[in-house]
Amino acid sequence: MSKSSAIPSGVTGATLAKDLRLEWRSKDALNSMLFFSLLVVVVFSFSFDPNAEESRQIAGGLVWVAFLFAAVVALNQTWARELRNHVLDAYRVSPAPANSLFLAKVLGNFIFVAVLEILMTPLFIMFYKLRALGPAWQLIAVAALGTWALVVNGTFFAAISLRTRSREIMLPLLLFPVSIPALLAMVNATTAILTGELSAKFWIVLLTTYDVVFTIACLMLFELVLNAE
Amino acid sequence: MNFLYAAYTATWIIHITYLGTLVRRYQRLSREIEELKKK
Amino acid sequence: MKMKRVFPILALLTAVLLSFALYEALVAAPTEQTMGNVQRIFYYHVPSAWTAFLLFFINFVCSIQYLVRPNPVADKLTNWTVLAIGIAACIAAFVIRPLPEGIEPSSVATTGLAITGLYFLIKKCFSQPRTDALAVVTAEVGVVFCTIVLVTGPLWARPVWGIWWTWDVRLTSTLVLWLIYISYLMLRRFSTSGQTPVLAAALAVFGALDVPLVYFSIWIFRTQHPQPVIGGGGSIDPRMLHVLLINWLAFLCFAALVCWSRYRLEILQREVEETQALEALLEPRSSP
Repeated sequence: MSKSSAIPSGVTGATLAKDLRLEWRSKDALNSMLFFSLLVVVVFSFSFDPNAEESRQIAGGLVWVAFLFAAVVALNQTWARELRNHVLDAYRVSPAPANSLFLAKVLGNFIFVAVLEILMTPLFIMFYKLRALGPAWQLIAVAALGTWALVVNGTFFAAISLRTRSREIMLPLLLFPVSIPALLAMVNATTAILTGELSAKFWIVLLTTYDVVFTIACLMLFELVLNAE
Repeated sequence: MNFLYAAYTATWIIHITYLGTLVRRYQRLSREIEELKKK
Repeated sequence: MKMKRVFPILALLTAVLLSFALYEALVAAPTEQTMGNVQRIFYYHVPSAWTAFLLFFINFVCSIQYLVRPNPVADKLTNWTVLAIGIAACIAAFVIRPLPEGIEPSSVATTGLAITGLYFLIKKCFSQPRTDALAVVTAEVGVVFCTIVLVTGPLWARPVWGIWWTWDVRLTSTLVLWLIYISYLMLRRFSTSGQTPVLAAALAVFGALDVPLVYFSIWIFRTQHPQPVIGGGGSIDPRMLHVLLINWLAFLCFAALVCWSRYRLEILQREVEETQALEALLEPRSSP
């Protein structure tokens, strides 16, 4: 049907633009997330105060745990706004394919979490006196792939958690176990690049595989989740 | 050696605990069935 | 009902089998040279693991069936895929040379056929709503067995290798599997949706996709940082294999009985809930 093929990018783009515009106008979520990220970095820096050599070994893990917490807080409130205004019911009724909504949400979350990471990274570099001994450009690939892994599953599980009691705790409960291989890859890749000791190639390939597998799985199953009432 | 006995004991404690929860759930269910039958 | 009479007999048989297996494990089996008597934990640890994996696999099959059956196209597609897996496994078993070490062609073929057989057996014997009940049952009992694996593992590792835990492939994969299914059970408990089975089934599919990735990622991790391997492979004394298989058979029978009881409980509970819902619907009319 020409209508459905023409619509997807249109709907995705429109939904994404709407989300971004809302965020920019209200700025309350953005501000609280910024402050939260700063707090996380500071608290972690107090807890672990290593010298430059040690910090390269553990920074990978620390940074990604911090990003993980920030992502969970961000994800928790993406669907909340939709629920408040009964937007989800409107989506269910509209002819727009469910995947467009999902992609738009994922992209919006991705941009959101990426912004947080970009803001948190200089702080981490400063507090831990970090300097990459390996190829630093690979860090960008790791960050992008890793963030996508967290965000695509996170958005999916956030949608599932919508209809549960204790909604906010349900999301990390569902997200963390499934994300373990991705987290392992992210942390090890980052550590490998920072210390320059090993090659991060395997981990990047693993992350890419994880992203592809779970993006496909989410796209295939999201319609069921959206319509589950 | 103690670890051996600990492992075997732990296994059966876990199994028996689970069976216990099943029994309790079944008892609660029987009570509910009785109440339904009375109506 | 025939079931009522069969159950106590089977329970008694299983109890006898378990006692016999226990005797074999503790007394009859030969003592291991390097590890001593502690090695006998192996006879409880490994069968529990295999049983847990089997149960989780059944849960996976049930989840797929629950998602796929309402849609005739997807259903046919899945049928053919499962059939293809079975045939491919048989062909691969005898065509691929050389096989990775420790794997026999017959076991590859058997596993493939077992997967296909199990899929269609479940499809035949369980209607779509009952598939969901079976999914809950196998998830719960699977978690019980998996807990035992995670408890007996460290208890074995500590005296033998001096460490409680290591991030080796098998332990970590088992831990992740355990975590995934605990989150599955929590979703079932906390979900207020009428479509909980669908959501839970989606989660089970995610879990199933995840586990090979976990296995692979830890495998890479281990080759980069060599670490102790718990319960390493290699050949096994035939007498020990004999005791291991007896214990596995005993635990399989035990698991089957537990699942059967839990299944009856689940079906009964669903009937009660349906009746209660009907009652609630009918009540307002009778009151003024």
